[in-house]
Amino acid sequence: MATKPLPIKEKEKESQLYQASQWQLIWWRFRKHRVAAVSGVIIIFLYVIAAFVEVIAPYDPSAFSPLYAYVPPQQVRVIDSEGNFRAPFVYGLARSRDPETARITYEPDTSNIMPLKFLVRGDEYKFWGLFKGDWHLFGIDAGPRDRVFIWGADRLGRDLFSRLVYATRVSLSIGLLGVIFSFVFGIIIGGISGYYGGWIDNVIQRLIDFIRSIPTIPLWMGLAAALPVEWPPTRVYFLITLILSIIGWTGLARVVRGRFLALREEDFVTAARFVGAGEGRIIFRHMLPSFSSHIIAALTLAIPDMILAETSLSFLGLGLRSPVNSWGVLLQEAQNLSSVALAPWLLIPGVAVVVTILAFNFLGDGLRDAADPYGD
Amino acid sequence: MPELSAKQTEPLLEVKHLKKYFPVKKGFLQRVVGHVKAVDDVSFTIHKGETFGLVGESGSGKSTTARLILRGYGVTSGSLRFTRPDGSVVDIAQLNKGELKALRRDVQMIFQDPFSSLNPRMTVLQIVGEPLTVHNIADGSELVDRVAQLLRDVGLRPEIMNRYPHAFSGGQRQRISIARALALNPSFIAADEAVSALDVSVAAQNLNLLKDLQDEHNLTYLFITHDLSTVQHISDRLAVMYVGQLVEIADTETLFNNPLHPYTEALLSAVPRPDPDFALKKKRIVLKGDVADPSNPPSGCYFHPRCNYATDECKAKTPEFREVGEGHWVRCHHAETLELAGVE
Amino acid sequence: MSDTHNQQAINEPLLEVNNLKTYFSVREGTVRSVDGVSFSIAKGQTTAVVGESGCGKSITARSIMQLVPKPGKIVDGSVLFHRYHDSKPTEVLNLSKAPSDGELMREVRGNDIAMIFQEPMTSFSPVHSISNQMYETLRNHRRVSKREALELSIDVLKRVNMPKPEQIALSYPHQLSGGMRQRAMIAMALSCEPSLLIADEPTTALDVTTEAQILDLLRDLRDRLGMAMMFITHNLGVVAEIAEFVQVMYLGKVVESAPVRDIFYNAKHPYTKSLLLSVPKLNERVDRLATIEGSVPDPFSIPTGCPFHTRCPEAIPGVCDVEIPETFEIDAQHTVTCHLYEGETRA
Repeated sequence: MATKPLPIKEKEKESQLYQASQWQLIWWRFRKHRVAAVSGVIIIFLYVIAAFVEVIAPYDPSAFSPLYAYVPPQQVRVIDSEGNFRAPFVYGLARSRDPETARITYEPDTSNIMPLKFLVRGDEYKFWGLFKGDWHLFGIDAGPRDRVFIWGADRLGRDLFSRLVYATRVSLSIGLLGVIFSFVFGIIIGGISGYYGGWIDNVIQRLIDFIRSIPTIPLWMGLAAALPVEWPPTRVYFLITLILSIIGWTGLARVVRGRFLALREEDFVTAARFVGAGEGRIIFRHMLPSFSSHIIAALTLAIPDMILAETSLSFLGLGLRSPVNSWGVLLQEAQNLSSVALAPWLLIPGVAVVVTILAFNFLGDGLRDAADPYGD
Repeated sequence: MPELSAKQTEPLLEVKHLKKYFPVKKGFLQRVVGHVKAVDDVSFTIHKGETFGLVGESGSGKSTTARLILRGYGVTSGSLRFTRPDGSVVDIAQLNKGELKALRRDVQMIFQDPFSSLNPRMTVLQIVGEPLTVHNIADGSELVDRVAQLLRDVGLRPEIMNRYPHAFSGGQRQRISIARALALNPSFIAADEAVSALDVSVAAQNLNLLKDLQDEHNLTYLFITHDLSTVQHISDRLAVMYVGQLVEIADTETLFNNPLHPYTEALLSAVPRPDPDFALKKKRIVLKGDVADPSNPPSGCYFHPRCNYATDECKAKTPEFREVGEGHWVRCHHAETLELAGVE
Repeated sequence: MSDTHNQQAINEPLLEVNNLKTYFSVREGTVRSVDGVSFSIAKGQTTAVVGESGCGKSITARSIMQLVPKPGKIVDGSVLFHRYHDSKPTEVLNLSKAPSDGELMREVRGNDIAMIFQEPMTSFSPVHSISNQMYETLRNHRRVSKREALELSIDVLKRVNMPKPEQIALSYPHQLSGGMRQRAMIAMALSCEPSLLIADEPTTALDVTTEAQILDLLRDLRDRLGMAMMFITHNLGVVAEIAEFVQVMYLGKVVESAPVRDIFYNAKHPYTKSLLLSVPKLNERVDRLATIEGSVPDPFSIPTGCPFHTRCPEAIPGVCDVEIPETFEIDAQHTVTCHLYEGETRA
């Protein structure tokens, strides 16, 4: 049967498609990739948490008390022992010592009902080290000796949830900062290598080969061990980030160089040269935008490597140390067998690492597929 | 011999003994072990207002010649004397950076691949307007006006200037390329296989457009192609290249009816004609072997291994490129004695 | 000559394509790449399928081989392949109904119908030698040892007039020139002696002198082996050189079908006529090339009625833009799908 001509609405959609810039096309392609989009949301969520750690964590992460050593995670309930519905609450803890093993055990004390409140005032903090405040997202409005341990407590009675939240900021930011260092370094060196080619490219690539051939963990261990013990935690933090970037930039440099080499031969770059465009314009206006989407994808995939690296180092005791919290530091305390057997909740930071790394990988994959010009 | 009109005898571009050798590097230290003689002693003159066709197969060096004229890379040796609109003569091969940029206003190129010659991340306005922006000729609303006029000149509606290249077909993209080449009002345009990637009817449209533009804007064309049928309709004179060397130059009619080089004869014979009766009857000249390797060309005359008329002399000595008839140049030892078939 | 082939077409059909429809469902809509294509090829006959880009000729070939890339699907029509043994018909296979990855199709591909492509470089595996790749093809269809395969490859390479066949058999694709790779691909396609060779733009990427060599080779093979060929191209010159029959396609439909001389000297469909006019001819220099007005419509907004009416110099308003034309017979073998020929017998 004869096809009807397209209605006007469709024509608009066509026109939208024609006027869509490369970024819009990439965004549309990305949206179709469900897993990547969900991962993107998760990561945004994690970074929001990292921004607001002081508010989200109910307690100061360093606040400890021997009274609460190895408290298991407390269940948030809505039905009390008599079967009544209540606003979310937590039972208090009754401490007792097991007669046989001489271990401390904690039982929920049904007589002590501690309701969970949102936006409570609690331990004081300095938001990002700048502003004083004491508002917390949630907490229990009860006596000073009562505490709520959503995910349990560690050996020193410190709230794991609070420590985990604080660690999120450190781990995620090291990932981001480390990748930014690598990026700046990598794009400059990789750009020079790919743009000029010839012997410069050869020398730089051999240097990169050499750096990459050094086994990473021993290198990091060596560098980290060289850091003076008495240095303040923030300085250590930055140095560790720098150390991790030393290897990281080579991967990015390779990607950048590859793209430059490919783009140099593209007709539209030659065309720009032939209309009289200078080298600067060609690099910034023609070449860089062409692979910026690939760079973003490469960056996104480099972040989990950085996070994992820091986690590994700290886990081995060679990276960050208390009182700085990172996931690696938290995991270090779960290293011995007795902790794992008796207090398995101490492994929750491992789950956080897995979730974050997976999310970044899916996101990076989605971005890379969306940015791929041959995918359409 | 047809009389060349006065307009056509003024030289615009004189190419003399042009050579471009690419080094072949091997090994870890990238030692130079040989050269690919992409362009090997090429000389010809293009006159003002004419369309000069440059024909050859892969490895012939025709594209490299065009890019040398545009100074896409440096020449190994030789000169490219170009007459600028103000009458001054410059050697493109010797220009420095500043002078080269000025030259770009007179000499432009249209590329073969409509898909890779336009930056997919720029709008048509930005692409066609780039020459004007780079030379600080126009910006803002004046830029928009000039781009609109250029688009109209190539038969496209100005409203499309906000679109991106992916919205257009191959033929339309080539028109955008042509508009970009016209932006600076050049006197000379090299069209490097400008219609080869297009369907026949679209190619025909673009060829007609190029011809019209030539009249309207007083352009001189260097038309590079491997397709003998198309080049015939647009060129005044033709040069045939084989493995980096010129083997024949003549005006189009003479070349087609009275070729003097066996390779030209074979090329003409090889072109498939849309004429079944002719295809049955024609005396086919099918060359043996493949196109010679420019990094390791045969001794003597490069064409001798495939030539049906080759003699010992052809194997031993490279023939000179010499003028045999008026304006008719050939590189063949036997040019005077061979009776070759043209198209009839 | 065409009369004998006419007889053949009736007596010894090899491939019958009937109302084939292959559609692609994409986000923006449905692309009707092949929209009701019918033709047949007789034993030993060469048919050219000609059209510009987007007309569906490649997808037609792939549909026959059940190699349509996703999201394409054969939605209607049939493809019948006739097998012969010692010139006697043995069985008729319905290819369009067979599952694309099933045993029947794997048996047919390479053995009964072989295909060669435009880009020989990308059709060969870069990490296997030529004879190794032939071994792959051969052992799918018969029992051969690697040594026998090597000998067979050298044999087949000799058949395609490949210089130094023993050396070439052991070479890798990147060591060969474009023309030699195409020869090697033809050799590989012939290794199991198929009765039909589908060639999808095999000479488009080649230099014109190499193209002449390959066309010569294909003609020679056709005469020697009695092989049928379906030759897909957009180059009318090549069609004139090699085809016995021609199917002209436009936007997924066959608009004209005739023996080669009729197409060139007695074209009936306005598209065919316009196409012939716009081909630059080597021996007639003109000032302005004839063109076809407008451009190929967007596949998502195919015009109503006859898809060519928007560009047709002979379109009848009120008819061509409303009704889809039927196919009419000009004579025994020449059919046209066009309203202008309403008076003729329906095909």
